Amino acid sequence: MKRLFATTLLGAALLVSSWTPLPTADAEGTGQGSALQFNRLMRSKEDRNPPQARDGIHDPANEGTNLLQTPQEAFAGLPQSPAGNYVNWVEALAKGAITPRYDRLNPNEEAVVFDLDIVREVKGTMPDVVYPHDRHTMWLDCSNCHPDIFVPEKGKNQISMAQILMGQKCGVCHGKVAFPVAECRRCHSKKKGGDPGTPPEAAAKK
Amino acid sequence: MERKTNGSRRAILSGFLVTGMAFLSVTADVAWAEYGDVVINNQSDQAGMRPPIFPHWFHRIRFRCKVCHADLGFKFQAGGNKINMLKIIDGEFCGACHNGEVAWTVDNCDVCHSGKPGTPTQVHGSTVQQLLGTQKPSPKQ
Ligand code: HEC
Ligand code: HEC
Ligand code: HEC
Ligand code: HEC
Ligand code: HEC
Ligand code: HEC
Repeated sequence: MKRLFATTLLGAALLVSSWTPLPTADAEGTGQGSALQFNRLMRSKEDRNPPQARDGIHDPANEGTNLLQTPQEAFAGLPQSPAGNYVNWVEALAKGAITPRYDRLNPNEEAVVFDLDIVREVKGTMPDVVYPHDRHTMWLDCSNCHPDIFVPEKGKNQISMAQILMGQKCGVCHGKVAFPVAECRRCHSKKKGGDPGTPPEAAAKK
Repeated sequence: MERKTNGSRRAILSGFLVTGMAFLSVTADVAWAEYGDVVINNQSDQAGMRPPIFPHWFHRIRFRCKVCHADLGFKFQAGGNKINMLKIIDGEFCGACHNGEVAWTVDNCDVCHSGKPGTPTQVHGSTVQQLLGTQKPSPKQ
């Protein structure tokens, strides 16, 4: 039963990861929204990172709305990614393309980076998950995760894709602010041991 | 405006909804905003103000998460910090920076209060929002 639920969730997620709402039938542009349009469910590249005045949640009639910097202006020149803000924030920080402060007032304070990778073995065909402390502690404090989201002990936390999709565990951030669930391989990054041809059941027994 | 929904997707979604997770049944006519934009609307509608919109992408170019979520004590929950104007002018939450020293002052009301009236509290583009189908196609702009 639990597995069925998880599978349903995962199915929904896979659809969601490629599904983004469409402009309605009477949107501008030729073919957009017509019954025979090529991409029916996928959002087109031109519709990414829209300016606030037509993003659906900002009020275009509000004067302040026009003072805001548009995402496209801010993201020009930043390394790209296929989902979320379409920005690879890890690379942007590593390359020095952005220099966010670690302290509210002192621009020179260095982040306390903790270098420890945790590998979580995954049942089935998906590659294992590597959780990297270094790329998290560049942004976050230990207290952002420990102990409220994760007990700091390898293997002590139950984590599943279903929870992540519902906004728990890794999903507290991934799927909200940090890169979303659609980018599977950034988490599922470690090839499983054993021959590539091994059926999943056999691999799981190893 | 209703969009035709693909049958299998509807089946999956309703299976999902039946499991009792339909706690977010509000339907907002939104679809496009930047990933991670937070609308905070606990009191704004009642107060006759447009709801404020907090852009994560804009702030994370300038600050690490730690500054707000550890040092300033913002909890990871849209609408969960009981922010109000008195706290802001006393230097809490947004007021820790929007004070004329780190960033512009609070008299620029409509730069924060820029949301369409009636937009509910949400994290725009979140997985949960999409799974529950609360992110609807935008009305014609
Ligand atoms: C850690 C400091 C900090 C906190 C906390 C903070 N801000 Fe800001 N915010 C800034 C800075 C710095 C800028 C850029 C100021 C400038 O352009 O001079 C900014 C700019 C903005 C902008 C304008 C973005 C643009 O396009 O120019 C908005 C809107 C905004 N903040 C909303 C908020 C809201 C709402 C809150 C509270 C929920 C908040 N901020 C909390 C530092 C902060
Ligand atoms: C983004 C969330 C996050 C942050 C931030 C974070 N951790 Fe962790 N930490 C984890 C996860 C996930 C695990 C693995 C738990 C598991 O396997 O069940 C872990 C495990 C640990 C462990 C156990 C390692 C072991 O071998 O048993 C220690 C110790 C730890 N963290 C310390 C820290 C310290 C110190 C910091 C701050 C410098 C920190 N963590 C920041 C998520 C985080
Ligand atoms: C408290 C928030 C938070 C939590 C919880 C969290 N992450 Fe992250 N994670 C981030 C942020 C922020 C980044 C930086 C990249 C970004 O924002 O897109 C990041 C980056 C990563 C990266 C680096 C990707 C790369 O390209 O190098 C991996 C892998 C990752 N997270 C996996 C996980 C896993 C697995 C978990 C759960 C065990 C987890 N994260 C939990 C916030 C979080
Ligand atoms: C933010 C990191 C992250 C992303 C992104 C991610 N996963 Fe996972 N995934 C995990 C973690 C953590 C586990 C649990 C591993 C364990 O058992 O400890 C997991 C487990 C799984 C499992 C095993 C079943 C289960 O629910 O535990 C499958 C299948 C899976 N993921 C598929 C996917 C697919 C497909 C995607 C892309 C749409 C994806 N994952 C994206 C972190 C992630
Ligand atoms: C300038 C301050 C600031 C910075 C920097 C910041 N946040 Fe936030 N964050 C907020 C505010 C404000 C909220 C909304 C709180 C509210 O509505 O009470 C929020 C909410 C959240 C939430 C809750 C979403 C939900 O589920 O409701 C998450 C997760 C989050 N932030 C993650 C991050 C991550 C990850 C980073 C770093 C990449 C980050 N934040 C950087 C201010 C900030
Ligand atoms: C830095 C961002 C920011 C600025 C600037 C700002 N506000 Fe707010 N304001 C907020 C946030 C966040 C809330 C909480 C919203 C909610 O819960 O609905 C809020 C709530 C309110 C509320 C309802 C709660 C209360 O405290 O009464 C009113 C009324 C209000 N603001 C008026 C104003 C006016 C008038 C100005 C200009 C003088 C202003 N705000 C400037 C961020 C801001």
